[in-house]
Amino acid sequence: MTSSDDQKPVDSPDVDEVEDASTGAGAPEQPATEQSEANVPVSPSAAADPARARGQRAGMFGVSGAGDTSGFGGLITTTVFPAPSQRPYGGWFDEVADALEDTVGLGPVVVHRGEITFHVAREDLPRTARSLRDDDRLRFELCSGVSGVHYPDDTGAELHAVYHLCSMTYNRRIRVETTAPDADPHVPSIVDVYPTNDWHERETYDMFGLVFDGHPALTRILMPDDWPGHPQRKDYPLGGIPVEYKGGTVPPPDQRRSYH
Amino acid sequence: MSTTDDIYAGSNETSEGKVFTVSGRDWDEIVEGLAGAADDIEERVVVNMGPQHPSTHGVLRLILEIEGETVTEARCGIGYLHTGIEKNMEYRSWVQGTTFCTRMDYLAPLHNEAAYCFGVERLLDIEDDVPEKAQVMRVLLMELNRISSHLVAIATGGMELGALTVMTIGFRERELVLDLFELITGLRMNHAFIRPGGVAQDLPPGALDEIRDFIALMKKRLPEYAALCNANPIFKARLQGVGHLDIEGCLALGLTGPVLRSTGYPWDIRKATPYSGYEDYEFDVQTWDTADSYGRFRVRLNEMWESLRIVEQAADRLAGLEGAPVMVADKKIAWPSQLAIGSDGMGNSLDHIRHIMGESMEALIHHFKLVTEGFRVPAGQAYVPIEGPRGELGAHVVSDGGTRPFRVHFRDPSFTNLQATSVMSEGGQVADVIVAIASIDPVMGGVDR
Repeated sequence: MTSSDDQKPVDSPDVDEVEDASTGAGAPEQPATEQSEANVPVSPSAAADPARARGQRAGMFGVSGAGDTSGFGGLITTTVFPAPSQRPYGGWFDEVADALEDTVGLGPVVVHRGEITFHVAREDLPRTARSLRDDDRLRFELCSGVSGVHYPDDTGAELHAVYHLCSMTYNRRIRVETTAPDADPHVPSIVDVYPTNDWHERETYDMFGLVFDGHPALTRILMPDDWPGHPQRKDYPLGGIPVEYKGGTVPPPDQRRSYH
Repeated sequence: MSTTDDIYAGSNETSEGKVFTVSGRDWDEIVEGLAGAADDIEERVVVNMGPQHPSTHGVLRLILEIEGETVTEARCGIGYLHTGIEKNMEYRSWVQGTTFCTRMDYLAPLHNEAAYCFGVERLLDIEDDVPEKAQVMRVLLMELNRISSHLVAIATGGMELGALTVMTIGFRERELVLDLFELITGLRMNHAFIRPGGVAQDLPPGALDEIRDFIALMKKRLPEYAALCNANPIFKARLQGVGHLDIEGCLALGLTGPVLRSTGYPWDIRKATPYSGYEDYEFDVQTWDTADSYGRFRVRLNEMWESLRIVEQAADRLAGLEGAPVMVADKKIAWPSQLAIGSDGMGNSLDHIRHIMGESMEALIHHFKLVTEGFRVPAGQAYVPIEGPRGELGAHVVSDGGTRPFRVHFRDPSFTNLQATSVMSEGGQVADVIVAIASIDPVMGGVDR
């Protein structure tokens, strides 16, 4: 591919043409980007933004070296998460942000699909949780637990701990997200503020290896006590399935041909 | 083979204390065996109850420290039903995900599917595009599911305290609901019927009549439970004041659903943040004020009446929606063909096959791409909680922009609520532990996922 090709936007309407299955009429010639926002190419600035880029997806087919001649295998897409929002966030989002900001320094705040996510540094998490629960303007009485997410390519912040909180008084829901690097997988526990997180933190430790400092008894909960590794991490090796046919095996799911 | 050769059994040596293998009617041997022990542990025994035990409400392992008949400490051992559903979903397309998550809490499969699909739809930004009929059908199915789930909660709870008639009539009525599910979705459990963008199929002919018959029958049958249990002195003696947990305890431990409502707090996500059009239905949030097992039983019983009200309204609305679409119009998301059951019992759509095989190459490509690769979901994360039969059920759905979920985490109410076992049962009798756990109604498929 020459450099002049790179600069010219590829215009090939027939690739994304979809015929209306009910009428059988020809598809309207409209740019792919108007059909779906997923087709909008990622801007270079967004892909370079560390707050948004969280790794890459390669190709149509997940395997390499399998003689895939479709050309899709060489495609590289940066995974870009929704951009941090600027004030005003709208509605009650600003009230919560104001009240929170009195206690802790807020990281990026993301408003996406009507949900608000507060990113906080992990050392600020206990203070954040306490003020979320106790501040009269916040009153997030119910914590719906912690959910771990492993982004292997999000360098320096591979492990994310995501908390969903609900204020029954004000009928509001927010998400608080904090990160820890793989090299130092420690996040402070908030069990003393939200006792319900006891089992949730144990589960996240079990599945991701995130160590919640200050948890009263951080042990495995779903896997057996002597289980090696943390199964829901993206780098956890997956097993294949031996089949009784000419010594064949079904490869592990992450090595099968996939249409990712 | 001796047990030492069994890789799964390993060794059964403990680090401290004497070990007795109890098989019933041998309490005297234990007392004899403990006779020489120090005074303070003479009556103190650690009992491992489960995971295979008829009264633990599933494959739940209880580790009870008891002094005589009094429980001094109670701990849960879970994970015996862990099947890695969340991990598995990461290697399937977004639509295939419903097939997995429906198997988590196997008594509320439709709620699992709905929670997941609401999350996917929010990320796709098509929440407002889901057709009305699909939303009404979802409400109908979810409320029928709530009835069947509560029936099992009451039935197994009754069985565990020895009231076998409650069990038999509970399962008798649940069978009626499962028959309706089979008629509408094709399956009694594990339906994978609610899909991102709508539901898999339109209502089959005659379904509304069957639903109306069911409502009429349930109105006769539900009072039987009240007549059998509500004022039954044995039932009340076993349940009243047992498993007490007040509202502070509930909120601290994150308990929701009937347990929270039994404290008198009318918290119901269907009212607080309505989804799937719940704001258009008339129903009341049922509460009780005793914060004990009996209150939870009464809340469940009353909620079945409310669900019946909603089912009735949904059926009336469906009668006016005949022929309306049940899947989003967006052909990039909707499953390409609407299947029909042929005379041979196989699902097929001859019109669709004619179209893709004989008329349009593009439609064939589109069908192939959507079925094999699936649709892409824009990067981001969403959490949509719904009111499951056991409390707040939410799916934290994370997408990296691909055709498969990057991560799905289910906040299952059974998992969270089971944490209250210790606080509900410590200080009580061994028999009350069973009642307390039955009143939480954990479903181990949902706890372990």
